[in-house]
Amino acid sequence: MKRILVGAHYGLKDWLVQRLTAAVMALYTLLWVAIAAYQGGIDYALWQALFANTAFRVATLIFGLALFWHAWVGMRDIWMDYVKPTAPRLVLETATVLALLGYAGWLVDILWGAR
Amino acid sequence: MSSVERPASKPRPVYLNLARIRQPLPAIVSILHRISGAALFLVGVPLLLAGIQASLGSSQSFESFRAAMTTPFAKIVLLGLAWAYLHHFCAGLRYLLLDLHRFIDLKPARQSSVVVLIASLVLTLVVAVRLW
Repeated sequence: MKRILVGAHYGLKDWLVQRLTAAVMALYTLLWVAIAAYQGGIDYALWQALFANTAFRVATLIFGLALFWHAWVGMRDIWMDYVKPTAPRLVLETATVLALLGYAGWLVDILWGAR
Repeated sequence: MSSVERPASKPRPVYLNLARIRQPLPAIVSILHRISGAALFLVGVPLLLAGIQASLGSSQSFESFRAAMTTPFAKIVLLGLAWAYLHHFCAGLRYLLLDLHRFIDLKPARQSSVVVLIASLVLTLVVAVRLW
């Protein structure tokens, strides 16, 4: 049986994901702007204190995951639009996924790894 | 469809050469949204992670990272990424408003494109002033 892999299902999901992750990142950006405005800039002591705070680390992790998911949807769109042959496109998409998974692991290590 | 047919005296272009088609402003905002997004993924994300890691190590590594970011080349890269982020942000807000059926007529669509282009450049200028 030949299945036709079309339909609005995954497209709609990606469309929604792209907007929700964008909203999460925008809120996190505004959080930084608010902190910088309230504190009149960011020095090393404040920088350290922020990343020592568990709630801030969790917020940063959520920002990172939103960013990586958003980047996946966007980069996959770019590869699909400009790289038509299947083999190189699959290689580029796989490389993108691996890079983003690696970034996620790196971020967790930065936030909770030993200093 | 006869109502939208063009007069024969004004033939439609038959080529689809991107370099020869004059792009309307919303198309320029759109392709810049894509280019800025790709740049943020390819350069911005690894630089951001490396920066956070280096800066959290110790006050020495914080200062050495800050010093490394003050070279002219680093500032140009940072400014480029700042523009990419701000343009992507502003153009993204415009797309959210388009989703809500705002600015969808030709004139408002053009005007909001201009607003996105100018707002992101002005905000980048603010970042540039802070950097230098």
